[in-house]
Amino acid sequence: MSDAAPIVELRDVSKRFTRTLDVAAKLANVVGAGMREETVHAVDGVSLAIREGEVVGLVGESGCGKSTLGRVVAGIHDASDGALFYRGRNVAGQTTAQARETALKIQMIFQDPMSSLNPRLRVAEIIGEAVKVHKLVPRSEFNAYLDDLLTRVGLDAAYKRRYPHQFSGGQRQRIGIARALAVKPDFLVCDEAVAALDVSIQAQVLNLFMRLRGDFGLTYLFISHDLGVVEHLSDRVVIMYLGRVVEEAPTDELFDAPNHPYTQALLAEVPRLDTAGRKFTPIKGEIPSPLDPPSGCHFHPRCPHAMDRCRSERPALKEIAPGRLSACHLNDQA
Amino acid sequence: MADPILKVSNLRTYFHTKAGVVKSVDDVSFEVAPGEILGVVGESGSGKSVTGFSIMGLVDPPGRIDGGSIVFDGRDLVGLDDGQMRRLRGKRIAMIFQDPMMTLNPVLRIDTQMIEALTAHISISNEDARQRCRDALGMVGIPSPDERLKSYPHQFSGGMRQRVAIAIALLHNPELIIADEPTTALDVTIQAQILYEIQRLVSEHNTAMLWITHDLSVIAGLAQRVAVMYAGKVVETGTVAEVINRPLHPYTNGLIGSVPSRNRRGEPLAQIPGMTPSPLNLPQGCAFRTRCPKADEACIVQPEISAPLPNRFIRCFHPVEAQEVIGEAVSA
Repeated sequence: MSDAAPIVELRDVSKRFTRTLDVAAKLANVVGAGMREETVHAVDGVSLAIREGEVVGLVGESGCGKSTLGRVVAGIHDASDGALFYRGRNVAGQTTAQARETALKIQMIFQDPMSSLNPRLRVAEIIGEAVKVHKLVPRSEFNAYLDDLLTRVGLDAAYKRRYPHQFSGGQRQRIGIARALAVKPDFLVCDEAVAALDVSIQAQVLNLFMRLRGDFGLTYLFISHDLGVVEHLSDRVVIMYLGRVVEEAPTDELFDAPNHPYTQALLAEVPRLDTAGRKFTPIKGEIPSPLDPPSGCHFHPRCPHAMDRCRSERPALKEIAPGRLSACHLNDQA
Repeated sequence: MADPILKVSNLRTYFHTKAGVVKSVDDVSFEVAPGEILGVVGESGSGKSVTGFSIMGLVDPPGRIDGGSIVFDGRDLVGLDDGQMRRLRGKRIAMIFQDPMMTLNPVLRIDTQMIEALTAHISISNEDARQRCRDALGMVGIPSPDERLKSYPHQFSGGMRQRVAIAIALLHNPELIIADEPTTALDVTIQAQILYEIQRLVSEHNTAMLWITHDLSVIAGLAQRVAVMYAGKVVETGTVAEVINRPLHPYTNGLIGSVPSRNRRGEPLAQIPGMTPSPLNLPQGCAFRTRCPKADEACIVQPEISAPLPNRFIRCFHPVEAQEVIGEAVSA
């Protein structure tokens, strides 16, 4: 699997959001208010290759840019810098037909199934709309195709005349999954797809994801803040902090021996079932604002090992072992 | 262990809606002792939050307490009038909510809100009140409390806001704190910081605490005892270590099996089939019957509380056998 060509590849992708000055602010500047345009570096120079059939877990806390990265991959946002490749093809220079193919092949599943399903459409319309528009299935087979999809995601085919509000949270998430699968994708971006669900329902949906992976030959970018979920599902894990990738490693190695101090802290603080009576020993400080990230290594104000170099120089993401990348100056010392 | 400060017995909180009676809390009993943290675990709709609201006297119509007693320090809170309840609430019993943005007033400065909470119960000079607010903020780990007192809630991050909410809850040094999912909205590293502060404060002040959550793993590290709720009933109680390592109720067993870290990586999770039944239309007898792998004809009758093992209480006719426990016990 490791020598297969990447299905999706990001090369040095950045995404910036800039709040431009409105007329009032520009006028205020004329008289010397000194208002500046504010730029958030949501994603800052991320390179990532995802191979066919792989499940890559993308982990980080709020504001680290993981959702933005997922949206860039899914084509919802365009990258400000850098390039996105789908099966070796740069999506920036595609023909219209190619762009349509890429858009269909990469699908996204969202966190909140209630706000991502149109409440005024029936399930059959929600799932079938794109199928009809893109003429993916002959009209005579359309109904059978829908029924089959619904059954595969664990819903009764008789439900297709209902509206989203008639379903529970877990069922709605299944509808979202069926909608994504309807256009025959080979790559799914799951953005916190199980975060809003109860534990027992979450387990059902995770099992569904794993089964579908085999059934449809899917590749996943699984975005989550929940390390337990990511550990269970992923082959490889990428950890982000304030827009940058700080560590990337195969799941077992990452959880056995995390390299980056941030990863170590994150793993130490995950509440686990088998830590009865433990004492919590938190890392200090808050997540800094992405509007004004710290200089050098973004993690240095909270890092127990920070040195002078960390304050001035951005650590590069370097290979520390085969298949393992980490961005920390400590690795240069050993 | 010390005598319990809170003793809830056979509490029933029903919501009388047009569509029927929703038995959100149905025959719930538990106790909390000073210095103890009792975890109340359940999924959405299990009645765990309504239990907390019932103790605080915050159940609004169409809901009302239809039976049972909530004895706090020797006095039954059920049936207290508004004035008596108001004198307790915030002073001797405090509550921390999930979303601190909803519980802090966005148009008032932190000092205004904190001093208001103080003067509602005691007469205190403005200067002394300020001092106490400063101390409370310092106690929950907010840096430079003097300046922060003059800030508005939106100037705080989520974790800091939750600290402010905790500081307000601690102002009167209450004997009982009810915490309703206080760390659910927070990031992992921030959650760990809050859990650390809570752990320290509870042991320093000998406060009794009711920690309501859907997350068994938070309870695992924090609480001493746990009560698992399902469809308005407490289905299992016991010490945290015992319940997690040797669950007796099939629902608890399934819940633990659903946690990814309890399973071998890549293998299907041991899931509970089906979904939580509608509270308007609960199955007759044991509400978990329709999802339970061990259910049989006996389960059509509501099981009473039994103790298959010492100090372990469940509502089930068919306790989980040792070999049926999902996942290994405490792993390395």
